[in-house]
Amino acid sequence: MSQFKELTLQGLWKNNPGLVQLLGLCPLLAVTATVTNALGLGAATLLVLLGSNIAVSLVRNHVASEIRIPVFVLIIASLVTAVQLLMNAYTYDLYLSLGIFIPLIVTNCAIIGRAEAFASKNPVLPSAIDAIMMGLGFMLVLLVLGAMREVLGQGTLFDGADLLLGDWAKALRIEVFHADSHFLLAMLPPGAFLGMGLLIALKNVIDNKLKQRQAVEKGSIARARVTGAAQ
Amino acid sequence: MSFKIASSPHQHNQRSTAHIMRLVALACLPGIAVQAVLFGYGVLVQLVLAIVTAWVSEALVLKLRGKAVLPRLKDNSALLTAVLLAIAIPPYAPWWIIVIGTAFAIIMVKQLYGGLGNNLFNPAMAAYVLLLVSFPLQMTQWLPPLSLQSVDLTPLDAVCSIFTHYSCSGFSLSQLQANIDGITMATPLDTLRTDLGRGLTLDESLNRPVFFTFAGTGWLWVNLAYLAGGLLLIQQKVISWRIPLAVIGSLFVLSAIATLAAPDTVAGPLFHLFSGGTMLAAFFIATDPVSASTTNKGRLVYGALIGLLVFLIRNFGGYPDAYAFAVLLANMAVPLIDYYTRPRTYGHRPRSELK
Repeated sequence: MSQFKELTLQGLWKNNPGLVQLLGLCPLLAVTATVTNALGLGAATLLVLLGSNIAVSLVRNHVASEIRIPVFVLIIASLVTAVQLLMNAYTYDLYLSLGIFIPLIVTNCAIIGRAEAFASKNPVLPSAIDAIMMGLGFMLVLLVLGAMREVLGQGTLFDGADLLLGDWAKALRIEVFHADSHFLLAMLPPGAFLGMGLLIALKNVIDNKLKQRQAVEKGSIARARVTGAAQ
Repeated sequence: MSFKIASSPHQHNQRSTAHIMRLVALACLPGIAVQAVLFGYGVLVQLVLAIVTAWVSEALVLKLRGKAVLPRLKDNSALLTAVLLAIAIPPYAPWWIIVIGTAFAIIMVKQLYGGLGNNLFNPAMAAYVLLLVSFPLQMTQWLPPLSLQSVDLTPLDAVCSIFTHYSCSGFSLSQLQANIDGITMATPLDTLRTDLGRGLTLDESLNRPVFFTFAGTGWLWVNLAYLAGGLLLIQQKVISWRIPLAVIGSLFVLSAIATLAAPDTVAGPLFHLFSGGTMLAAFFIATDPVSASTTNKGRLVYGALIGLLVFLIRNFGGYPDAYAFAVLLANMAVPLIDYYTRPRTYGHRPRSELK
């Protein structure tokens, strides 16, 4: 049980793919202009990650280590294709607004990173838990960043949520404040970079505060951190 | 008997940062005065707003960073950033424009990089770009000079329209922008750009009332005033002559060549030098001691690069004036420029002689 707790903590906070590993920055920065887009991409990534971790874990003893990377990529690519077709069928408007970033989930380093660093070395159940937690961690960062940018940029939250969740979600739209002129920078790529930087800084501040509070911090991090391969 | 042993440098410059910053801000005064007289008092309101915002945000961040607040506020660097930004934006832009811009300049561009002396980019220009990219409408509403305006603007009108978007007598900014004939006027650079885009020749465009003098009504005097302030700074040895000369020189040479090659579609060098923000940028903005190049040869390269970029963007780019973009791009090139223009250390021979 403690392993699952540890996996949860790692995925959501300590080794968060967005804030700590800095993986998958390309979709993270590109689609977070609104909460809806962020939620859509986060969910798609979570699905693919879950599928790929399970599949990789299942075949981990049957694939020669020399060809493991192409095999992982094939698995991920087929899953992404499936998710893309699903979104095309059921959430067509969101599919249009996410555009190229759905197929680009294939190249999301967070997914192949988890396949290589965790799923290829662990049984199915822990791999699945790891995928869910990492996926949730990634989605959380997407959501927070999306909310920041949407509020700053156009003063709303969940604008266009009906594209993802169906017509009832129109009621979700919250108008935080009304602005005659939109703060375009928040919606444009520079706003994503600035917001991301601020989020990472905030996490570091919280970490430092926590560290000060618990004078003896015992980290039992056994796994290697996957860094240096940001998209 | 004891000797006083002092380490190098033995030559001292008695001027403190605060003194230099104050001199630069003071040298802006003629330009500000001319701007206020010819274009209305909006610029003064913007100055007050900018300075207050700069001080508040500087104090706030210093407090958060656990640094002493007062000594840093007294070095006048935040004040100068605020002054430069307030001059650069349209004088009747709504109040929140300057507040957002100044806060961004001080908090994000200056303090997050480590405060005075550590910022990669010129804070005022980075904030200007932020505003121009985020609020294109408000950042391009320049009023024509007072002599061409159909409505007389009092100082109170300046306050009213900055805070409420309407002058005290109820005119909106776009109404104020219209001249006596009811035609909306933009800055000379903008007008020229639009006209050339519509297929008019240079001469046809220059016949408009906004170009009463060769550089545009009013703008010539504003630029001359900043030129005077800048020359004073060079005379006082506050700034080096190299950057302004290189900026102006490269813009002059490039536009002279271009206007000889295509006389109907490219404005001449005098128009480029005395229109828009040329003098302000060349003497006050490009010479920022923190973000500009620091070697003598490098300063020439840096200035010439700004001139080149301004020429390219004004004539072929998407914006009528381009100093903010040019300065930021040149800021990025500064580490490279400095690396290749390092001066020879005293007592060492240049590498070419060693071989």
